[in-house]
Amino acid sequence: MHKVLIVGEHDGKTLNPATAKCVTCAGGIPDREITIVLLGADTASVAAQAAALAGVKSVLRVDRPENEHPLAAIFAPQLVALAADYTHVFGPSTSFGKDLMPRVAALLGVPQVSDLMAVETAYRFKRPTYAGNAIVTVEADPARKLIATVRVASFEAAKTGGSASVESKSTNAALPSHTRYVGAKTGSTDRPDLQTAKRVVSGGRALGSAENFKLLFSFADKIGAAVGASRAAVDAGYAANEMQVGQTGKIISPDIYIAIGISGAIQHLTGIKDARTIVAINKDAEAPIFEVADVGLVGDLFQIVPELERLVSG
Amino acid sequence: MQKIMVCIKRVVDYNVRIRVKPDGSGVMLDGVKMSVNPFDEIALEEALRIKERGANIEVVAVSIGVADTQQQLRTALAMGADRAILVQTDAAVEPLTAAQTFLAVAKKENPDLIFLGKQAIDDDANQTGQMLAAIWDRPQATYASKVEISGAKAAVTREVDSGLETIEIDLPAVVTVDLRLNEPRYVKLPDIMKAKKKPLDVTSLDALGVSAAALLKTVKTEPPAQRQKGVMVKDVAELVDVLKKKGLI
Repeated sequence: MHKVLIVGEHDGKTLNPATAKCVTCAGGIPDREITIVLLGADTASVAAQAAALAGVKSVLRVDRPENEHPLAAIFAPQLVALAADYTHVFGPSTSFGKDLMPRVAALLGVPQVSDLMAVETAYRFKRPTYAGNAIVTVEADPARKLIATVRVASFEAAKTGGSASVESKSTNAALPSHTRYVGAKTGSTDRPDLQTAKRVVSGGRALGSAENFKLLFSFADKIGAAVGASRAAVDAGYAANEMQVGQTGKIISPDIYIAIGISGAIQHLTGIKDARTIVAINKDAEAPIFEVADVGLVGDLFQIVPELERLVSG
Repeated sequence: MQKIMVCIKRVVDYNVRIRVKPDGSGVMLDGVKMSVNPFDEIALEEALRIKERGANIEVVAVSIGVADTQQQLRTALAMGADRAILVQTDAAVEPLTAAQTFLAVAKKENPDLIFLGKQAIDDDANQTGQMLAAIWDRPQATYASKVEISGAKAAVTREVDSGLETIEIDLPAVVTVDLRLNEPRYVKLPDIMKAKKKPLDVTSLDALGVSAAALLKTVKTEPPAQRQKGVMVKDVAELVDVLKKKGLI
């Protein structure tokens, strides 16, 4: 029997959909029992959401004031204590999980497998390297606890309808005082979340300015899409950092990805290749984005995008 | 603040098109251009900027790898690092082993701050900095886009999925850097000449008491599934038509 502990991600109110995708990934492990652990100041409502995920046996709540913000230095020693009863500990490959899980692995003295994209056996997985240009199959030693992050774009979210037990837990892990939360600046939230949106409109350097990005926002709002950006557009200051899609930004898997004025560097393509349909709009017919696009249109984005917006609303 | 350690990895240059070996044993590395991991360049640049703000700080660049990794350390010295240490090994070094190695060096060097790139662009693991902070029992600030040092503390702004987050950490600490922290300087010819005279010490995993035994086994390497080439449409009307037929808008 494999006992999988999934570190749930949440903001105190909502369980991040990445958690449900970790559940699906863990479900690929033969003969397993899945537990979700939630650390927070008050996890009552997110625990109810986690307990409703199909395939989850139990939910552990670790509520204490120090857990209000997800600081790796604070969470890791608690997870090390909780991990004792489990064979596997999974977290999402989000900024939360990527920050936290290696700290847990190192405290346990075991390696981590990053970005699981396929589960072959309980200890054999596929993961991307070189910006997704080489997929490696990695085998871990069953004698050790397995720590991993889950490439959430590779998995569908687990459905609801489950009824896991919910239990409060405490640990006597000593927490450091050397790391303190100061504050956060988050982007506007009235648009769909980039990481989980079914539709994404994304812009590149060809947009030319932050002002011109408004064209994309306007179109995206018409079709209920999230807005992303290439690294070039973010580096140029046209778009906020949290909008970056690619190897070092967000890896996403929407139903439709509309790349506008994005040439398609390998580092960008690795972030979008799980999209069901990729649409590319670019004035350069030779742009590499057309190599991966399902539908391509060569032309001037400043004419095409407003027309597109008009036609989809008509 | 007296000393900053910067960890550097030798990786395939980011412009190289990666090809998987036909026998699935890895990627082709023969004759391929190697460079300093781009994120580690940003890490070094940040250390140099802190040094150049007037304080008397020594910047030490440390790498683990084959003998030729000296080339990347010479680049680091040419950028402005004061000295370099190469932990020479032909073994493939996993993140946990790298963290243990950097810890062994840190215990000798006692840096106030250790900078690393947030990930290496070859294995894309995104682990070493966090693991080093864990076993050093010190704070970590990952994905830094701004670092402000004041006395024995640092305020670090981090790039997270929801935007930006700021944390305060006590030094010594580990900071891993993100893309937008700074733009690394170009190395000038006179600096390359000067770098040849800077000290570059070579040591080994054995000398540091670190085992290179692999903890994970790579069974095979394969190219990613290719997407099928799609269709080109001639105008917006046709595009909308195609998308509507697919039920996408």
